[in-house]
Amino acid sequence: MEKFNKLSGHAIPLRITNVDTDMIIPKQFLKTIKRTGLGEFLFYELRYDQDGNKISSFALNQEHYKGASILIAGKNFGCGSSREHAPWSIADYGIKCIIAPSYADIFYNNCFKNGILPIILDEATVSRLQDTSDSILNFNIDLEKQNITFLENNEKKEISFEIDSAKKKCLLEGLDDIGLTLNKVASIGHFEEGQENEIPWLYGNKLK
Amino acid sequence: MSTPKTIYDKIWESHIVDTNDDGTTILYIDRHLVHEVTSPQAFEGLKLSGRKVRRPEFTLATADHNVPTVDRDKGIADPDSKLQVETLEMNAKENNITYLPMTDKRQGIVHIVGPEQGFTQPGMTIVCGDSHTSTHGAFGALAWGIGTSEVEHTLATQTLVQTKAKNMCIKITGKVVEGVTGKDIVLAIIRKIGTAGGTGYVIEYTGEAIRNLSMEGRMTVCNMSIEAGARAGLISPDEKTFEYLRGRPLAPKGEVFEDAVNYWKSLATDEGAHYDSVVEVKADEIIPQITWGTSPEDVVSIDGFVPDPENEKNADKKKSIERALDYMGLEPNMPVNEIKIDKVFIGSCTNGRIEDLRAVSQIAKGRKVEKGVHAMIVPGSGLVKEQAEREGLDKIFIEAGFDWRDPGCSMCLAMNADKLQPQERCASTSNRNFEGRQGRGGRTHLMSPQMAAAAAIRGKLTDFRDL
Repeated sequence: MEKFNKLSGHAIPLRITNVDTDMIIPKQFLKTIKRTGLGEFLFYELRYDQDGNKISSFALNQEHYKGASILIAGKNFGCGSSREHAPWSIADYGIKCIIAPSYADIFYNNCFKNGILPIILDEATVSRLQDTSDSILNFNIDLEKQNITFLENNEKKEISFEIDSAKKKCLLEGLDDIGLTLNKVASIGHFEEGQENEIPWLYGNKLK
Repeated sequence: MSTPKTIYDKIWESHIVDTNDDGTTILYIDRHLVHEVTSPQAFEGLKLSGRKVRRPEFTLATADHNVPTVDRDKGIADPDSKLQVETLEMNAKENNITYLPMTDKRQGIVHIVGPEQGFTQPGMTIVCGDSHTSTHGAFGALAWGIGTSEVEHTLATQTLVQTKAKNMCIKITGKVVEGVTGKDIVLAIIRKIGTAGGTGYVIEYTGEAIRNLSMEGRMTVCNMSIEAGARAGLISPDEKTFEYLRGRPLAPKGEVFEDAVNYWKSLATDEGAHYDSVVEVKADEIIPQITWGTSPEDVVSIDGFVPDPENEKNADKKKSIERALDYMGLEPNMPVNEIKIDKVFIGSCTNGRIEDLRAVSQIAKGRKVEKGVHAMIVPGSGLVKEQAEREGLDKIFIEAGFDWRDPGCSMCLAMNADKLQPQERCASTSNRNFEGRQGRGGRTHLMSPQMAAAAAIRGKLTDFRDL
């Protein structure tokens, strides 16, 4: 899996709450059998009108936000469908860190599988960052230190964030978690033997 | 006496394979449902790393999201959809996984097929690359939706690395009034706790009104747990659960079935078990519910009104109401039963089961779909379709002017050809009213099958009890 350690970049504010994964990547782009190339369709229906023209008022279409690697979003970000196409499209677009007051569970977990750091900050702080993000050239995100630093009016600011230690490790080391689980294949086999003894009807029954 | 446990605690504990150094748990996965949209990259990942499917016999695959619901014999017209379905078929074959193709009458929406085949059983852990996997919780199984990386992890190891969620109890006390369905109950719950209310929890639904629901009704409730933010929602199994399972193709047979029932009975939440959060809803206060906006929490009773953003003090909420009203093309304060509709969609993993179709037939019988309204009925599986036709429901639907189609996810998410045109308004029995969900610019109102059928007859949202 992709590692995440430090990131330096500017941010796109997205002032919508309950952004669902249909909004992040609409269904017509789920027909792919690849993980790559979805960045151009990120937020497709907010970015393009029905004739395929860019909607200039949407942040992703504005020159100012070109090359941004951070998204500052509203609460309950990523709700709805479990589609991993959502974090795939976000990462493919170049966004490696999201800052929001809260996330939906499945999306939150999917981020860690794709080298994206989803930071949780309180609503007031997120709102303040959205308001000031335009004037801040660089947010420095340090996962190891669990902080965000930036210059605001020539003054150095620091915001720290909390993150589950297992999830932090997973991003810092970019571990292959299937490989790690397979290291415990003996435990899995042992479990299956025990379960087959106890609940035998779960075994050996296949649809014809 | 050991500490009293919830059904979630019991299923969790009985599936622990190992604990990792970081405190996460390797949890055994008993059953895995696979569909065409979220699996191709997982199979590709396996292939690239030279790994095998550990337990193909615990995995069941079918195509549902992309399949056409008319003219099946002509195949799939859209080349991308076709490729995705063919890829699933190939992956299933290569990995020795049972695959139900479009031509098999057992094909349907994964969450309808699993219970129908007895693949879903109490006490199991069940996953699928689809957020509505929570449906299977109706059987007292711990079932949740996962992303494609976890699909690959499950295929390779038959386990997932998990952290335990908190326990939430949602108790629906008392009895519902006549005509109030599982759909109304779950919409009322989401209205109360919001789309993030269940985040971080596994919800257990309890109370008299839940016990009184059929298995179909319970599946509808558990199905929409994810719309309340919870990855999983479940109901302790009882006699109804066991009766539903008896005789299903994959259910245990003969004496073993009785052993299974004894085990299943032991799963129910113990008296005095601890919940981290308890929510109570009075059943008799629920009347038919509909959504007015673009989030499943934008719920109002059918005798209610479209909200006025001016009455909202919270600035964020006010903005989101304004945005939703603009998208939905609605005026504040209008009675919701005056909202005219263009289309009706009856189906989906939420409400595409036989009981739902029977309820629709009761409304449709002897009536006609309003002129100018297109009302489609999409059964959840080939077996649901067959059962409905055996009961003559198809004739009632067709006679009333409904469009009776083949099984699949269809216009719940509009990945196949079934979709709304911009600004078209739809009365839908599905689970999500997000912007663009049923087609770009389409406007979705969620409701029960009875309510959707009544909307088809009247051409506007209406309390079906007034027909």
